[in-house]
Amino acid sequence: MAELKPYREIPIGGRIEKAGNSEEFKTGDWKTFKPVWNSEKCTNCMVCPVLCPEDCIPVEKGEKPVRKETDLDYCKGCGICAQVCPVKCIEMKKGDADE
Amino acid sequence: MNKEMPLTGAQSVAHAMRQINPDVVAAFPITPQTDIMMNFAKFHSDGKVDTELVRVESEHSAMSCCVGASAAGARAMTATASAGLALMWEILGVASGSRLPIAMAVVNRALSSPINIHCDHSDSMGCRDHGWIQIYNETNQEAYESVFLAVKLAEKVMLPCMICLDGFITSHGVQNVTLHDDKQMKGFVRDYEPKKWLLNTDDPHTVGPLELQDYYFETQKQRADAMIQAKEEYLKIGKELARITGNEYPLFEEYQMDDAEAVVIVMNSTAGNTKAVIDKMRKDGKKVGLLKPRLFRPFPYKEIAEALKHKKYTAVLDRSESYGANAPLYAEIKSALYEADSKPKLKSYIFGLGGRNILEPDIEKVYDELLSGKFDHLETGYIGLRGE
Repeated sequence: MAELKPYREIPIGGRIEKAGNSEEFKTGDWKTFKPVWNSEKCTNCMVCPVLCPEDCIPVEKGEKPVRKETDLDYCKGCGICAQVCPVKCIEMKKGDADE
Repeated sequence: MNKEMPLTGAQSVAHAMRQINPDVVAAFPITPQTDIMMNFAKFHSDGKVDTELVRVESEHSAMSCCVGASAAGARAMTATASAGLALMWEILGVASGSRLPIAMAVVNRALSSPINIHCDHSDSMGCRDHGWIQIYNETNQEAYESVFLAVKLAEKVMLPCMICLDGFITSHGVQNVTLHDDKQMKGFVRDYEPKKWLLNTDDPHTVGPLELQDYYFETQKQRADAMIQAKEEYLKIGKELARITGNEYPLFEEYQMDDAEAVVIVMNSTAGNTKAVIDKMRKDGKKVGLLKPRLFRPFPYKEIAEALKHKKYTAVLDRSESYGANAPLYAEIKSALYEADSKPKLKSYIFGLGGRNILEPDIEKVYDELLSGKFDHLETGYIGLRGE
């Protein structure tokens, strides 16, 4: 979170004067469990990126797409990825993104 | 060219809107406001304005439409009364909280229940803490001219503004009104040039986002400061308007106040009746005067305390109740006097709810009671109430 500004220094009416800033709002800090992904076991089947409700599992495009590390800044810890993984390479562990 | 003609208050306001030619007007009919929009719609049909006139399905939508239009960069106006204003409630706060300079005529009418279509101030008094500037008007001429002041003031401090006039008494009563020259009035309000507007694709921004514990408080302090600033700006813009109209736009009008011992404080059309009573009583040598607040939000506490400090007796006549509390205008006057070194004996009267007549003898009786000095100033008086 950026430094909080005094009332004279903010735009009137709560306006946000910069477009496309929602990326700066990290929404992943209230998870109880975080997904721990084992990249060696992963077969890049692409089931978890498709079913992730937060769209926070990045995929590197190419002839054969490659799954990348989950973006914990936005992951809510719902566990769907772990549930649907056919090779069980994702484990839900207690603790938030900072641990 | 100026034109003097017999007009109702509603027609006068509609003429002001014609001369301003707002970009967007959103309207929903409600008695006794309907005449404003009916007249404005006629100007619209006749091609006298090129306003986008949006016929919405409710007052909630009327205000929402104005909020959208104003945020988009348009000069937006509407008018309402009573239950219509009440239905706008939620969006009134959105308008002022988002700092959108919407101007709205409020034709004062009692709030239900029981249902009543006649004048009192319970509608606009109910939203006095909603962050809207409020200008109260005695005559058709005042209401007409206040519309111009309101538009300019709103756009200066970026807060919405209500122009209040009494239902039926002012809105449907005919008086001679001087309509000032179209070009001059257009020149006075000029085109609205917002600093930021949503339709400007070169400068994308967000209006009305979520603000929680971290910023909401700061945003409210800004709104409060803008309201305080509105007092000075009202006087400045009023002076500018006076150069065209020849009329004055004080925070409050003082009538026969110089040597007055007994003062009545009352807003809107009843101030006119009170002046007639004063003229009559002055002939009998009675030292009576009137203080008529025009700007109710922001409220000019210091200035009113100064005007009342050497008066002996003062009555505040409220045309609305505040159930279980001091009546709205009385509460402000009392509050204004708290810090004063010398202050008059102050009494609260309620009158005219639901359009109940207040006649000259009623007001004379108030002055007589004040001048006698024998009254219980802590007990609320009720004028024209049976059983009182």
